[in-house]
Amino acid sequence: MANFFDEMYSDGNSSVRPHYSEFSNWLNAQTAETIARKRAEADLIFRRVGITFAVYGNDAGTERLIPFDIIPRIIHAQEWAVLEAGLIQRVKALNMFIHDIYHDQNIVKAGVIPAEQIFRNAQYRPEMQGISVASDIYAHIAGVDIVRAGQGEFYVLEDNLRVPSGVSYMLENRKMMMRLFPELFLRHKIAPVDHYPDMLLDNLRSVAPVGVTDPTVVVMTPGMYNSAYFEHAFLAQQMGVELVEGQDLFVNDNHVYMRTTRGPKRVDVIYRRIDDDYLDPLAFRPDSSLGVPGLLSVYRAGNVTLANAIGTGVADDKSVYPFVPDMVQFYLSEKPILNNVPTFQCRKKEDLQYTLDNLKDLVVKEVHGAGGYGMLVGPASTKQEIEDFRQRVIAKPDGYISQPTLALSACPTYVESGIAPRHLDLRPFVLSGKNVSLVRGGLTRVALKEGSLVVNSSQGGGTKDTWILEK
Amino acid sequence: MLSRTADHLFWMSRYTERAENTARMLDVHVQTGLLPQSIEDVEKGWRAVLGISELTHAYDKKYSVVTQKDVIDFMVRDPSNSSSIASCLKQARENARAVRGALTTEAWEIQNATWIKMQGYLQTNALEQNPSEFFEWVKHRSHLSRGVTIGTMLKDEAFHFIRLGTFLERADNTARIIDVKFHGAKEGAYTKNLQNGQRQSQEQDSIADPQIDFYYWAAILRSVSGFEIYRKVYRDVITPARVADLLILRPDMPRSLLSCMEQVVGNLKHVHNDTSSDTERFAGKLHADLKFSNLEEILDAGLHDYLTRFFERIFELGNRISRDFLVPLNT
Repeated sequence: MANFFDEMYSDGNSSVRPHYSEFSNWLNAQTAETIARKRAEADLIFRRVGITFAVYGNDAGTERLIPFDIIPRIIHAQEWAVLEAGLIQRVKALNMFIHDIYHDQNIVKAGVIPAEQIFRNAQYRPEMQGISVASDIYAHIAGVDIVRAGQGEFYVLEDNLRVPSGVSYMLENRKMMMRLFPELFLRHKIAPVDHYPDMLLDNLRSVAPVGVTDPTVVVMTPGMYNSAYFEHAFLAQQMGVELVEGQDLFVNDNHVYMRTTRGPKRVDVIYRRIDDDYLDPLAFRPDSSLGVPGLLSVYRAGNVTLANAIGTGVADDKSVYPFVPDMVQFYLSEKPILNNVPTFQCRKKEDLQYTLDNLKDLVVKEVHGAGGYGMLVGPASTKQEIEDFRQRVIAKPDGYISQPTLALSACPTYVESGIAPRHLDLRPFVLSGKNVSLVRGGLTRVALKEGSLVVNSSQGGGTKDTWILEK
Repeated sequence: MLSRTADHLFWMSRYTERAENTARMLDVHVQTGLLPQSIEDVEKGWRAVLGISELTHAYDKKYSVVTQKDVIDFMVRDPSNSSSIASCLKQARENARAVRGALTTEAWEIQNATWIKMQGYLQTNALEQNPSEFFEWVKHRSHLSRGVTIGTMLKDEAFHFIRLGTFLERADNTARIIDVKFHGAKEGAYTKNLQNGQRQSQEQDSIADPQIDFYYWAAILRSVSGFEIYRKVYRDVITPARVADLLILRPDMPRSLLSCMEQVVGNLKHVHNDTSSDTERFAGKLHADLKFSNLEEILDAGLHDYLTRFFERIFELGNRISRDFLVPLNT
């Protein structure tokens, strides 16, 4: 594990990479007091502004800050150009895949993906079969997790196509860096990200139901106790649209309305930040009070757009992930630009055997897991943990995949003992509507524990500002 | 705007205003408590504070005797008391957080910072050391909250629902402050001027010290920021009747009942919808009753009864506003 790609230094920490040199010079010129003061200031501002996330479990109801690190993650223009092209290609193929699955299923007929991978998948929604959605777009917002490993090559770790979160931190981290260190922005040409909410609104308006020329867009949240509530409120405010909860909406005459102080108002596009299962108690979980009774029937009639669509989970499931490069070939007849991490599917006998034989070296994940829960990082686990996990995999092989433990790249980060390298990933946000686009930037998450590869905020991860340098 | 959003905004400002007025009421009590008086009178005074806040029952469940320290503790810190200042500021912040997108960034940050600072206060004994300084702080935060609303928010529905909450709550709270002080005074020595010879005080034999009298009424005026206003308006000695006149009927006194109702009626007009005519009429009548009455009428009918009737109508008005615009209360 000691060998990893360092974002800032090359040649065993002896020299600074060219795109970090300006920053490095600046950092060396700062006193420890200045940095300490600025870090305290950042903490104070985040708390005052209320940029927090809610914690589930024992401390339910409490709010925490996501630790913010002031050393940015910098990516130079040429590298970004490849990433951007690869992301657009990948998300295009994924949307075509979802459309295909819920219509003709050509990819299954062609034998590229086994039928049972789709139709026995809990994320496949028979309710969506044959339903047309605006512009044939399903994953309007995709948060694709990218890591860098080995000698510096990029891999896609996950395609998040349901309700990916984190974009507000991308925006707030940038705002914070500009507030704390304006001089850095004079010394670098950094691609701006602030127009993301405009792009998002534009994108949502472009997928309104047919015939609606001036659509009413809303953001739908499970409520203020949801871990990502800050982001829901933030995006609604930035776009200038209403932030609604299920109780604010009702269905009448096969349309969706919101209750306003001036009576009912029709809603055309719902950017929902709530899982499929909770959307409509009449169609999905009957005990859900977060949803809107009758929403599915309005949706099926084409009278409201849900972003993302229902049933996108069938494409970002970890058991379908190994097939994404094949989708790119199949739908676009292009060579995939971005690599997948080699993946062993425990549903296959030989892959299962390989996984069980090499648990201590592998990362094993639940195919439906998310948020860093339900996974085993072999090299970082005790014998007991490995044995416990072995039993779980044996009991339900098709519930797991495994991957080699990637030596994730690291970036210098402030920790208690000073500055030390910490592993990170990158989540750019890809918008699909009439076009596929993304801002040049993303959310960089960093594992703050030494050696840890788990970057999720729910597991103690932090964030950094992400700079894409202009040419 | 969303009914739920309006509801949160309305309650955000109500809770902020309630915290402020609780601080005002407690402050005036601490101040008058410094005047020479018997232990029984002190206790009676704090009992009246609890009574008018409808907290006697909850307090007695927790404490066996009434002391200034315990009453303040109960009405400031106690999380189990939903009207304590800490609870009010928390609820104001929770309501703001639920609709932070409908507020300006500055408006939200004031609510959030108040709540954060409040938690800091509760961890120290600053309140016990200097209660007045703490009450002053609560008032300042409320001023800031109102100021940032007026100074940064678009004058749209959100604004009017916030203002509606402020003035409805203030009308109720000012009436309670008047009631508790005049009610308390009825049994003490402070009422000789109020009766004005027309009605007999039960306590004819108590010795009325004009100096104490002055401090007593001055404290009440100060609790509603009315001392300087009184001087300006009447340019005369402080009499209870004029204090009542100022706090109930003066249209230019910003915390008087009439002035609050004027604001309620005006803001209601701005958010008018298809079902709200009855509620507007109801508010208009309450406003007109204040506008066209005089103090003699009110005193003849009995001030306490008059104020009790006023609370009831304010309560009813709040329910109607909830029903017509907001999320109806489950009653």
